[in-house]
Amino acid sequence: MEKKTTGSVLFNGILKENPVLVLILGTCPTLATTSTVNGAVGMGLAALVVLVCSNVFISLLRRIIPEAMRIPCYIVIIAGFVTIVKLLVQAFFPDLYSTLGVYLDLITVNCIILGRAEMFANQNPVVASALDGIGMGIGFTLALGAMSTVREVFGAASFAGIAIPFLEPYKIEFLTKAPGGLLVYGLLIALIHVITKGKAPKKTSFSCASCPNAGTCRTGSCAEKGAES
Amino acid sequence: MDMFKTLIVILLSSVLVDNYVLSRFLGICPFLGVSKKLDQATGMGIAVTAVMLIATAATWPIQYFVLNTLHLEFLQNILFILIIAALVQMLELLLRKVSPALHKGLGVYLPLITTNCAVLGVTINNITDGYSFIESMVSSLGCGLGFLLAMVLFSGLRSRIDESNIPAPFRGLAVTLIAASFISLAFMGFGGIVDNIFGGAAV
Repeated sequence: MEKKTTGSVLFNGILKENPVLVLILGTCPTLATTSTVNGAVGMGLAALVVLVCSNVFISLLRRIIPEAMRIPCYIVIIAGFVTIVKLLVQAFFPDLYSTLGVYLDLITVNCIILGRAEMFANQNPVVASALDGIGMGIGFTLALGAMSTVREVFGAASFAGIAIPFLEPYKIEFLTKAPGGLLVYGLLIALIHVITKGKAPKKTSFSCASCPNAGTCRTGSCAEKGAES
Repeated sequence: MDMFKTLIVILLSSVLVDNYVLSRFLGICPFLGVSKKLDQATGMGIAVTAVMLIATAATWPIQYFVLNTLHLEFLQNILFILIIAALVQMLELLLRKVSPALHKGLGVYLPLITTNCAVLGVTINNITDGYSFIESMVSSLGCGLGFLLAMVLFSGLRSRIDESNIPAPFRGLAVTLIAASFISLAFMGFGGIVDNIFGGAAV
């Protein structure tokens, strides 16, 4: 196995394997929380904290957790950290807490976190897992930030709650609504495709490994049954 | 009668207005992953509906009779996800034993929905919205049916997309998301319709 340098592990998640724009993981919070920059960045940072903590913890326990029981163990660890983060956000950032609502709970089932546990943390030492968590978390936050910037600046003529008066007459309110989120996400993915000239790894090349459910479907049947295209 | 009206309002708004996939963005992964063929989309939709109903039937009493009485509300998240994961596994085993035919049709989709955010989302939302047990069950049914509806509609759209000539950068996921955006736009048209029909009954 090739030696991974500290930098490559860290930057892997930010650019090459950006969880949102390249691996297409964690689509639900990406779409749901990006109508404002504040909500999106808050979501990104909350997920980052959970991701780093759960990666470190799972990496520490990787020799203790029995193979067959690993997914339930991961879920409990992740849900525990989500609860901690949720209580902290509720106590210190009540505005963010009411903006994110149920999506804060749903970090538990965020594909990125379970995916990284399954793909990285259970095979790598603690420091590398922590760096991977930080990189993936930053990548997630940046992608959410970029998407929410487009949606808030053009949709609501403001940035992070600060109004941009000269854009006011031209704002496209549609972008802050649900369909706008899907549209902006689709356009961003097309843009990534143009920038990388189609060289970005396809979802299929990660197939089961990137699917957080891979652990639960022991047979790996989703590919055979054509459930996963 | 009032109760009946409330239930209908909950059902209609969770199917059409607050559609889980298209306006709340829960369960996007199976929505994009399993909507290529009509039969798969239907199977997945039915499986999700069933799991939502069973999960709600299990988590509601636990929230009110265990967590609330013992003041352990902060354990909600951990407990709910464990209950859902355990239920899905049990349901799969049960189906395999009792009805192999049904297992063949629906069982393959069951492992995929353990970590479906729509299922956890609906159980938590039912508690947050303060629904009674019956209201919770109706809301779960509505969310499941809404998911099924979105899946079926979208699978039809996707088979048309597959046949058309799409500019290279948009091929694959990009055009799928943009198509989903248009369906979502169509569903926005339902906004307010329930309030208008039922004279703004409290939801």
